[in-house]
Amino acid sequence: MTKVLACIDGTDVSPAVCDYAAWASLRMTAPLLLLHVLDKSEYPIQSNLSGNIGLGSREALLEELAALDEKRSRLALEQGRELLAAARARAVAAGVTDPATRQRHGSLVETLVEMEDGARLVVLGKHDEHLGEHVGSRLESVVRTLHRPILVTTPEYHRPRRVMLAFDASATTRKGIEMVAASPLFRGLPCHVVMVGADSAEHRAQLDWARDTLTAAGFDAPTALRAGEVERVLCDYRREQDIDLLIMGAYGHSVIRRFLVGSTTTSVIRDATVPVLLLR
Amino acid sequence: MFHTFNKDWLGNVRGDVLAGLVVALALIPEAIAFSVIAGVDPKVGLYASFCIAVVTAFLGGRPGMISAATGAMALLMITLVKDHGLQYLLAATLLTGVLQIGAGFLQLGSLMRFVSRSVVTGFVNALAILIFLAQLPELTNVTWHVYAMTAGGLAIIYLFPYLTRAIPSPLVTILVLTGIAMALELDIRTVGDMGELPDTLPVFLWPAVPWNLETLTIIFPYSVSLAIVGLLESLMTATIIDDLTDTPSDKNRECKGQGMANITAGLFGGMAGCAMIGQSVINVKSGGRTRLSTLCAGTFLLLMVVFLGEWVAQIPMAALVAVMIMVSIGTFSWESLRNLKKHPPSSSIVMATTVAVVVATHNLAYGVFVGVLLAALFFANKVGQYRYATSELHADGTTRTYRVVGQVFFASAAEFIEVFDFKEAIDTVVIDLCQAHFWDITAVSALDKVVLKFRREGTAVKIVGLNEASATIVDRFAVHDKPDAVARLMSH
Repeated sequence: MTKVLACIDGTDVSPAVCDYAAWASLRMTAPLLLLHVLDKSEYPIQSNLSGNIGLGSREALLEELAALDEKRSRLALEQGRELLAAARARAVAAGVTDPATRQRHGSLVETLVEMEDGARLVVLGKHDEHLGEHVGSRLESVVRTLHRPILVTTPEYHRPRRVMLAFDASATTRKGIEMVAASPLFRGLPCHVVMVGADSAEHRAQLDWARDTLTAAGFDAPTALRAGEVERVLCDYRREQDIDLLIMGAYGHSVIRRFLVGSTTTSVIRDATVPVLLLR
Repeated sequence: MFHTFNKDWLGNVRGDVLAGLVVALALIPEAIAFSVIAGVDPKVGLYASFCIAVVTAFLGGRPGMISAATGAMALLMITLVKDHGLQYLLAATLLTGVLQIGAGFLQLGSLMRFVSRSVVTGFVNALAILIFLAQLPELTNVTWHVYAMTAGGLAIIYLFPYLTRAIPSPLVTILVLTGIAMALELDIRTVGDMGELPDTLPVFLWPAVPWNLETLTIIFPYSVSLAIVGLLESLMTATIIDDLTDTPSDKNRECKGQGMANITAGLFGGMAGCAMIGQSVINVKSGGRTRLSTLCAGTFLLLMVVFLGEWVAQIPMAALVAVMIMVSIGTFSWESLRNLKKHPPSSSIVMATTVAVVVATHNLAYGVFVGVLLAALFFANKVGQYRYATSELHADGTTRTYRVVGQVFFASAAEFIEVFDFKEAIDTVVIDLCQAHFWDITAVSALDKVVLKFRREGTAVKIVGLNEASATIVDRFAVHDKPDAVARLMSH
């Protein structure tokens, strides 16, 4: 559980992923691993609708498919190697000493699950156009499957100066407060704790606990308790206070509820204009 | 969960829907033809194909594999249908499903590793031959029109793709031949002559059989054969699709999925089925990859049959025969013929024996059983041969040291005894077993025999390294629960 894992995929978010990962790696003094995944299922599938099978069709089809995959894999492999080299150079320029690079075959989720044990933080880019309204985005399945903190970055890098934690007193977010307090990642940065809910004594007490925990760890921790719709409030607060990074617990609700109602986490990730750190 | 849902269902929607359509078109003639083989109405095979395809789409372990009513299964039911009727077939189908689910829970899918490649090739080839042979009744005692139609059909199937690959050529064959037959008002057999076609969606029905022990004794042997053959073909097909698409599958889940599919088929008036090698290859070739393709195939099949039933009845049997000949040619592994000379004779014999037994008995289970047995015997024989012994006489001429290297077990125990020269008059014999592996009690008793024989000649026997050698009697030492046992096994 030591590395910062940056997922490089060669799209326009990759440089930002690289920069955020380098930033996290330096702050946590954790080694940086740049990962590129070669996902065969992303290749277009050729189809031949003739519907007939003749002499040796099976063998011929196997050869044909294997040859096609080989060609694409080799190309993707080379391309990925170049991407990783570029990302590595970028990370070195940012001050990371000797970032490691790795290429793996398979789907992104599978690969990350395999490598999860050695990872302390996973950094992923957000493709706005790929984020669906409901079930289906790849990012979402990564977030749902992994058990490590995940930093979802925007396409542009801004060095985080003020962070904010969405707090609802659930076990996940309480643990989140403790994790932030214990981690060197945000040390020295002001950490706003925002709770959405009615102004009750209970909520106040919970929020005080959060502030005390963070203050004890040496954080400057302003708190806010506001009523309203969760996403709206978080978004407004972020804009008001010029927050650069949002921390939240991921997917507190059941799968069924999420399927019917949609998820706060997904919509926050989708709408956020700043990086989001998801705690599992 | 959402990741797999996405990957299994929505990863390739366009390709899957198109492939599903192509497969459905090819499934219709096959389902009808296999019903004819089994001796039941075409609707039994069509309902079965729908139920099995849809259920395996959800519960199967291999996305993109097509399961439906198959020839391998149909061949096993002929006598059951003839002697006892359709209702017993439905009951047998239910029981087959139950047995297959049991096999899934007992993880019998992993037993597939004992089925060698030669046996799989033999199975596939035998299946192709059986499908071909099953077409012969349609081609005997008929007018020349039928031969002309069949030949024309085959020509269209194989030549039409040179024109365009956007329309399935079996479909063109069926349309053209049906058109010709209707236009010329030829007096040849059509699908309508074969029995009832479905005119409604399948309905839930308990098989109308007495639920007693007597029924069980009738259907049980059939169900066992059906369950075994169904699982064998399904798992083999799954392996083929694994190779083609370079993705893994869950074999035990596939067993349970097949079981559920057969139970569903039995309850909705369908016959037992399993995965289809030919159709699954067509699916992959047409661009189908996920569960959606299987679901589409089943759904399109039923919709087409129910709404186009009148037209389906007009299809001449000759068109179906042409499609089935294509399937049998496509299923046959022609590479295996080329490899007959290249492969070691033992594997060719296993393959040929599997084919011969199946063609003789019309039961693929027997063929696989004989094939696996033969392959195991060949293997035992081969491993037994990796053994040699040296002996040297000491300078003083009173002691001889035998050094035995290799595997000693039931197949090689007799040869192990022959290594020793009991006629030699000598004081002491040293048997060095440090590099021998004793696998079973036959090997141990052979050693006892050797020692006894030497003693009777008045020769003292000293055994060196017995501990290491007998440590390889894995049965006693249960390698799996001692991590270092493997290392010990390999160390000498």
